[in-house]
Amino acid sequence: MTTPTVTATPAAGAAKPATAADPNRLRRRRRLAQWGFVAPAVVFMLLFFGYPLVRNVVMSFQHYTPKTFFTGESPFNGTDNWSNVFQDALFGKALWHTLVFTAGSLLGQFCIGLALAVFFNRRFPLGGVLRSLILLPWLVPMVVSGIVWRRILDQDTGVLNTFLDTVGLGSGHTPWLTSPNMALLSVILVNIWIGIPFNMVILYGGLQEIPKELHEAAALDGASAWRTFRSVTLPMLKPVVTVVLVLGFMSTVKILDLILALTDGGPADATQTLGTLTYQNSFVQLDFGAGAVVGNVLILISAVFAVFYLRANRTEGK
Amino acid sequence: MASQTTTAPTAAPRRRWGSTIAGVLILCVMLFPLYWMLNTALQPESGLLKVDPVPGGLDLSGFSKAISDQGGHLLTSLVVSLGAVVICLAIAAPAAYGLARFGLRGSKTIVFGTLITQMVPGIVIANALYNSYVDLGLVNSYFGLMLADASLGIPFSIVLMRSFMVSIPGEVIEAAQIDGAGAVRTFLKVVLPMSRNSLITSGLFAFLFSWSDFMFALTLNTTDEVKPVTLGIYQYIGAHVGDWGSVMAASVLSAVPAAILLVLAQKYIAAGIAGGSVK
Repeated sequence: MTTPTVTATPAAGAAKPATAADPNRLRRRRRLAQWGFVAPAVVFMLLFFGYPLVRNVVMSFQHYTPKTFFTGESPFNGTDNWSNVFQDALFGKALWHTLVFTAGSLLGQFCIGLALAVFFNRRFPLGGVLRSLILLPWLVPMVVSGIVWRRILDQDTGVLNTFLDTVGLGSGHTPWLTSPNMALLSVILVNIWIGIPFNMVILYGGLQEIPKELHEAAALDGASAWRTFRSVTLPMLKPVVTVVLVLGFMSTVKILDLILALTDGGPADATQTLGTLTYQNSFVQLDFGAGAVVGNVLILISAVFAVFYLRANRTEGK
Repeated sequence: MASQTTTAPTAAPRRRWGSTIAGVLILCVMLFPLYWMLNTALQPESGLLKVDPVPGGLDLSGFSKAISDQGGHLLTSLVVSLGAVVICLAIAAPAAYGLARFGLRGSKTIVFGTLITQMVPGIVIANALYNSYVDLGLVNSYFGLMLADASLGIPFSIVLMRSFMVSIPGEVIEAAQIDGAGAVRTFLKVVLPMSRNSLITSGLFAFLFSWSDFMFALTLNTTDEVKPVTLGIYQYIGAHVGDWGSVMAASVLSAVPAAILLVLAQKYIAAGIAGGSVK
């Protein structure tokens, strides 16, 4: 910030040093140059986010087969893809799993993340170091986390069952990932573990913003710690809570990496979600039309949620 | 951090150390899976059997196998991620400046659109992108994967850098213009150096997003030509079911950049997560 030449007032900056020439043309040229800064990003985002949205809608009305990539032929087939997908029982299952997975993950991540944020919000020796080290799981690639957990949850030789057996809890042979009844729960638990650091850090930031005097005033009024938390902390934290839950929803509802690494959607489709179903349809069965249908449903869910979020924000702002 | 440990001496010291112990226990639970990853990697002879809680010795054969099997893929990850960072910053930094400063008509819409991109599921993008990539010959290419991975960081970087560039004092930019600098020179010589921190934060996150990417690697590659380490490890467990030691060693290696960045660039990471939440 060393600008020794700042002697001119802002008003002098407004007087353009342009001597001759048509001022209109000059202004237009400058505008064009300014758009040059923004245009590459706009074009990129249109290509990588806008275009896929449109293309997916079109693809959902086209017939793709493994042969398509040799012949280049993908004729329109009306609403065949849509009715095929909706009639398949797997779609309903995947939709249900997605909702359960998202709700369960968010609930667990948020509650534990909030508890840890409150815990680390108090000052104690090494608190800052411990808090930043908790971030580590969040920075490891998600597939890698999934694979590590796959080993930990192994039915016969995984350390979790060994531990539970030693402590005397459970049979020591809980089929965490291999039983259709347990797999979804296990996947949710792992995803909670992954999401805790992110929730904690953002909620911690929110807690830091709350003026200390408010807590002191509540304490002076004789409010208990729980009462203070409920009637002072939580209301003040509300905007941050909304942000955490919305970002959490967006990243959870489309989950793919983690499930592929843990269960590949199995056993017996017990952990198949809309994300994995899109992948299976398009990239395993090479039926991109069916994949596009499921993908569109996924977008629709996100969009509905986004509208609710924006509306809630707007009414709150007024 | 030093400032936090030198706090008010009012609180009972014993209770405060009690919190530290509780904090360490929480950390142990949270980091246990990562410990177990390292522990398993150091016991490559255990194979499919139970793993001892503590490695008996320093058996690095799992690591040497992982390096010989996955070293190339680590290098691919590095090249692709660095490429993605370059593309991301080259596109996002000027845009952030333009959106922060020029008062262009439609700026608001563009910023809103940038936020909305977070809503589009990656698998939907991959679904459409694969078909376009086939037509354009970008499947199984480094450049194609770099472009796709850059898309993970661009919206985040635009939002983050824009919120920083809005706060640059107008006089500084005007002074540069009085000195006769055009828009491009002002941007390169004045704005970018001043935005150094937000540029580093964006670059770091663009790197981490790209390094962690699995989905684009999985969907935009049909051969072994361009295989980042995330995809390498995923296929590894399919092929080497009995060889958990080297799978875990490869996992440890893939987690190293994250660990290094957390230690070296902690303040940027904290800034990035906080900035990301402004979205």
